[in-house]
Amino acid sequence: MPTNAVVTDIKQVTIRFSGDSGDGMQLSGTLFSTLSAIFGNEIATFPDFPAEIRAPQGSLHGVSGFQVRIGAKDVYNSGDKTDVLVAMNPAALKVNAPYLKKGSIVLFDTDSFQKKDMDKALFKTQDPFEELNLQDIQPIGVAITSMTKSSLEDSGLENKEMLRCKNMFALGIVCWLFNRPLEIADKLLEQKFAKRPKIVVANIKALTDGYNYGNNIHLTASTYRIEPIEATKGFYTDVNGNTATAYGLIAAAEKAGLQLFLGSYPITPATDILQELAKRKDFGVKALQMEDEIAGITSSIGAAFAGSLAATSTSGPGLALKSEALGLAVMTELPLVVIDVQRSGPSTGMPTKSEQTDLNQALYGRNGESPLVVMAAASPIDCFESAYAASKIALEHMTPVILLTDGYIANGSSAWKIPDMKEYPDINPHFVQTHFNGDAGEWKPFMRDEDTLVRYWGVPGTPSYMHRIGGLEKDLLTGVISSNPENHQRMVNIRKQKIDNIANFIPEQEVLGDPDADTLIVGWGGTHGHLLETMLRLRDNGKKVAYAHFRYISPLPANSHELLKRYKKIIVAEQNNGQFANYLNGQFADLNNICKYNKVEGQPFKVSDMVEAFTQMMEGK
Amino acid sequence: MEATEIKYQKYLAKDYKSENAVRWCPGCGDYAILTCLHKALAELNVDPHNTAVISGIGCSSRLPYYMNTYGFHSIHGRAAAIATGVKVANPALSVWVATGDGDSLAIGGNHFIHAVRRNVDINILLFNNKIYGLTKGQYSPTSSRGFVSKSSPYGTVEDPFHPAELCFGARGTFFARAIDVDMKTQVDVMVEAARHKGTSVVEVLQNCVIFNDGIHNKISDRNWKADNTITLRHGEKMLFGKENDKGLVLEGWNLKAVTIGEEGYTLEDVLVHDATSKDNTLQMKLALMDTTNELPVALGVIRSVEAPTYEKDYEQQIEEVQQKNPKRSFTDFLLSSSNVWEVK
Repeated sequence: MPTNAVVTDIKQVTIRFSGDSGDGMQLSGTLFSTLSAIFGNEIATFPDFPAEIRAPQGSLHGVSGFQVRIGAKDVYNSGDKTDVLVAMNPAALKVNAPYLKKGSIVLFDTDSFQKKDMDKALFKTQDPFEELNLQDIQPIGVAITSMTKSSLEDSGLENKEMLRCKNMFALGIVCWLFNRPLEIADKLLEQKFAKRPKIVVANIKALTDGYNYGNNIHLTASTYRIEPIEATKGFYTDVNGNTATAYGLIAAAEKAGLQLFLGSYPITPATDILQELAKRKDFGVKALQMEDEIAGITSSIGAAFAGSLAATSTSGPGLALKSEALGLAVMTELPLVVIDVQRSGPSTGMPTKSEQTDLNQALYGRNGESPLVVMAAASPIDCFESAYAASKIALEHMTPVILLTDGYIANGSSAWKIPDMKEYPDINPHFVQTHFNGDAGEWKPFMRDEDTLVRYWGVPGTPSYMHRIGGLEKDLLTGVISSNPENHQRMVNIRKQKIDNIANFIPEQEVLGDPDADTLIVGWGGTHGHLLETMLRLRDNGKKVAYAHFRYISPLPANSHELLKRYKKIIVAEQNNGQFANYLNGQFADLNNICKYNKVEGQPFKVSDMVEAFTQMMEGK
Repeated sequence: MEATEIKYQKYLAKDYKSENAVRWCPGCGDYAILTCLHKALAELNVDPHNTAVISGIGCSSRLPYYMNTYGFHSIHGRAAAIATGVKVANPALSVWVATGDGDSLAIGGNHFIHAVRRNVDINILLFNNKIYGLTKGQYSPTSSRGFVSKSSPYGTVEDPFHPAELCFGARGTFFARAIDVDMKTQVDVMVEAARHKGTSVVEVLQNCVIFNDGIHNKISDRNWKADNTITLRHGEKMLFGKENDKGLVLEGWNLKAVTIGEEGYTLEDVLVHDATSKDNTLQMKLALMDTTNELPVALGVIRSVEAPTYEKDYEQQIEEVQQKNPKRSFTDFLLSSSNVWEVK
């Protein structure tokens, strides 16, 4: 605790670390959010980086940011605007200026605010604050680069390596501002650079010196304290959405007693799932980097045929390539989990930015009547729950399941209570040996469970159940190729009914908020945190409002229609041009009260915008 | 442990035959290939339930329906990738791919070369009739330049792939060739292919009676076959001809067909086939021999080289990692990972 400094208690704060792609801003941000979580705060993070690996130094399009919101409680998203900006150069200041709150602190590196730096960021004058019209902020200039160098002059590191530590000096100052104990950061750095002790020492030195510098000269009038929360007892870790998705699949495979197989092809922002699973050979995971997206999914279909819990991971354009094979998985009724980490489109769009524009593709992007299960994860942690649930449905109902996540929740992280897998439901794959009641001799590959219409899984290597499957229409019982018109109609109906039946196995849709509200906010996927906060703020403003967030999209929960009919007004908010709203209208023809709120900017929703827009909608303006 | 009785079972060709009626055109070369596969599997004595036959789309790809094994008739060109998934998921299975020249060299070209490059232990039966049959008569990636077909009425203006060259280019470890009418060689190379550890490519020159009848006549017709083909056997002299009096010799960098006793050539000069040579230079030359260059078309096993297989190496990596890490539940794994803290 610094002496003589005024400590101000606050509830929440949003901090953005911003600099060149090579400045280590993602690391500073991740460390700060992790140590805040360990300290006992709630966190939500938003890494926002350019598609270029290393854009020219100091340029506007090379700015990389990591935003973290921390609070005592009720942190549902990474925040609209920032209270504190760490700007490692003028470009970072310029790009982030529109997102600064009034009175916010801007910590900047004076060494990187020289004339040449201003020129690179296309400033016309030498006073960037004046030029950006930033009057209501507290600028704090610190010679971060030169102080980092003098801090590390005896470290034995080369100049380049020393400079790489300036992100830690900056982080040290932020830690001082927010009363973060350095011991946790030290430990995290020791783990991060375990194989390079010299780098650990240098980073810890820069971090400590940054902290001490802040303390010694009392950088601002006060420092801030955010009370640690009284969280549920247990063990915690922090996890981002992609890692959580990978973990969900591992957990499901363990529960089902199956080997996990992933066929995949690298694509932003889904690649981490492949990389995480490639590491998990200790769990016997087989994660294959195939030659293309098509081979990614088809190798998985082969593994599903052979008896694995099979999955494939991709993003929008990759899902487009997989669509023919998805039809094959629908037709052969094999279990398959397809993860689509949505990014901005169309085509290659904006690969590092997040959207919800693949819903139509997931629902309809195949030839023929081709029903399958579509789900969407709501948060980084929910990626775990959703991947587990998706695997359970795929294995028990013999169907492909598309799980939609998005770049925002895939890269964003939050603190996660390590689950006790004993509390999770069992997963019983629909194997023919365990589920078919008749004699093996009577069994045919397209016989089905009468109640669920699920066919049985006969896996190569099992005596007595040899059979042939394929993409051609087949006789509804024997599975032999058939182009009989009545048979096709019946098979089309059965495949649809099988998916519809899954509504009986998923939870009913819940509603949050006022029980007697007239207006229901509806959302799905990674916008959950923003919509929840919007709803709470509207209620703080005296509005009666309710909120339903859908994880299950196809089929919808059984009570969906009855629930939606209850409200006078439904506001469907999504980061597309109304795909879910149109889907709901298509499902329930009598819904004539849907208002759409759509933003397709590749950026997270802004709570303040939504509070304003929803208020107007509710008031009928 | 209770002693388990070991059952010896000898399978017959008919045990691999399914009850489905075969529906290829009468006279199609595919019938012979199917029969040969039944015979080869019987010779290998592999359990039908441990056999998986994967195919793409096309006439050739109907084959799994006619097998009393596990079978998967999938989508165009993807059989090699699906088979990779099957084999990696369960390396104990005997995995076969039935595919055509259009299926695996056009739409499936990418999967074909990468399966070969990875050396997954699958057996690819490549039915080559140099035509698209099921879509009714368009030229294929193996049709010769100038070939006239429904989609090339004035002749093609593109050069064909040679499957062997593609296979060698992908550093393939096994390549063999047979003709549909020569059942003995077919069975032999299929058995060799199955015994080979790694991706085996067996090109079967096959006749399409409807759209490309007689395309392989120069080598399949009994009047010309002996002089226009050579069946290579590892360790044996490269002899051919009706009287077995012709042989292959090296002249400079090139192969030359000679008659023993003429132009001063003796049996000593005739090359001995080495299918196991890692250097594929000569094997490539043999595979590309062509009657237009007055050389016999090579049949039999042209290349068979030992190399690590993908699925075995993958399993070995898993074993090694697991030996270093004690077996633990998923929850225990999370608890032991970095960044764990406790709230008391």
